[in-house]
Amino acid sequence: MTVTVNAAIIDEKDTVVVAIEKINAGDEVIWRDRNGDVQKITAATDVPMYHKVAIKEMPKGTEVVKYGEHIGLAACDIHVGEHVHVHNVQNHRENL
Amino acid sequence: MEKMTFWGYRRPDGRVGIRNKILILPASVCASDTTRIIASQVESAVTFNNQNGCSQVPSDQQFTMDVMAGYAANPNVYGTVVVSLGCENCQMDLVLDAIKERTNKPIRHFIIQENGGTISTVEKAVRAAKEMAQEASLLQKEEFDFSELIIGTECGGSDPTSGLAANVLIGEMSDRMVELGGTSILSETTEFIGAEHILARRGKTKEISDRIYQIVHDYEHAIKLVGHDIREGNPSPGNKEGGLTTLEEKSLGCIHKGGHSEVTAVYDYAKQVEPKQGLVIMDTPGNDPSSVAAMVAGGCQIVVFSTGRGTPTGNPLAPVIKITGNKVTFANMSDNIDIDASPYIYGTKTMTELGDELMTEIKEVADGKLTKAEALGYTEMAIARVCNYM
Repeated sequence: MTVTVNAAIIDEKDTVVVAIEKINAGDEVIWRDRNGDVQKITAATDVPMYHKVAIKEMPKGTEVVKYGEHIGLAACDIHVGEHVHVHNVQNHRENL
Repeated sequence: MEKMTFWGYRRPDGRVGIRNKILILPASVCASDTTRIIASQVESAVTFNNQNGCSQVPSDQQFTMDVMAGYAANPNVYGTVVVSLGCENCQMDLVLDAIKERTNKPIRHFIIQENGGTISTVEKAVRAAKEMAQEASLLQKEEFDFSELIIGTECGGSDPTSGLAANVLIGEMSDRMVELGGTSILSETTEFIGAEHILARRGKTKEISDRIYQIVHDYEHAIKLVGHDIREGNPSPGNKEGGLTTLEEKSLGCIHKGGHSEVTAVYDYAKQVEPKQGLVIMDTPGNDPSSVAAMVAGGCQIVVFSTGRGTPTGNPLAPVIKITGNKVTFANMSDNIDIDASPYIYGTKTMTELGDELMTEIKEVADGKLTKAEALGYTEMAIARVCNYM
């Protein structure tokens, strides 16, 4: 049975997937993990195309992980299925 | 991982090339028209429009010298005919010395002002290049291990699919090249600003980690000197609209071309890269033509280049393999793009399958298959600059 995916994961450690088409609140977010298995969650908010949606709970102050690395911190509690972007992610400059 | 081999030419300096070009090398802009005419008259000859070579500050002249000498030393070149005007800063003896420091391959040279002008120079240089081309044509390819390959990597015309698929695929290739004992070059210093700490973590030694920070710091500083802050407004409003949230995320999309391996060396712009080093970094601009030129001057035989929006650029010496993760771009610009990585995004191919496809493409290109940029004769390139001419 073919499943149409609408999101993509990059690294198995990631806490977000990227929407590969516009996703509406209430839609299923469907992606294949690195083994080729289908994974699903429900979108809690709208997610524009190529934007990120949370697949793990990220309490305020914890790391948002993409590409297997952290790209910023949750600026507030982020729940599974929520759009992850400038409104709820803060920059965390490493001590360079 | 299974061993991989390819068919190439062993050069007298020990490096292995996959093409057999005669380089007609202009020592400065004043020799470029002449080398264009010479190259057009000899089969397998290539040249480029050298805008520089004179009236440059020392650090710019060094970039120019390193690209010129590096091109002559690139293993895809059988031999070089150097043409200079005679009075430029990049004097013929300096150019010849720089080449000989890197390689012992055949060199001939002609100075326009000493040969009675351009038409006489063209006659002599064409004769010399023709002789070289006939010598080169006698060579037969032999089979070599993939560890002899140095692969340059680049991204240009990026969009969100670059980070989703195309650069991820290049990272997969990079990891495999490391496993196979070859070299993969990660470049574009301006494109890892914001993620340099992640790369530095992967430095094989503390010295290498420090160098990674240093090249980023020096680049930012050089841009500040002309009144611009690279980190400001980055990601741009367009990037954010496209889905990129932080600078780290954007740079991670770019550095993903480097896969997961440790970084074993950091090279300055256009310096000679050793084979069999695993993953190395070269300090180059994000600007594609000048970045690709530097890696080719460093000795890479093939460049693997991701593009979201689609770019047709190639290089005079090295085949450039173009990859996109954007299925619309692949359809619209299929004349210019070799590999479609978008199936990874849609789950119809795994990264392992795409990795196999790319490694096979690299082998076929090494063996002789023309990339689309090669087949179309797209050879534009540039040499990086620090500042204005004098």
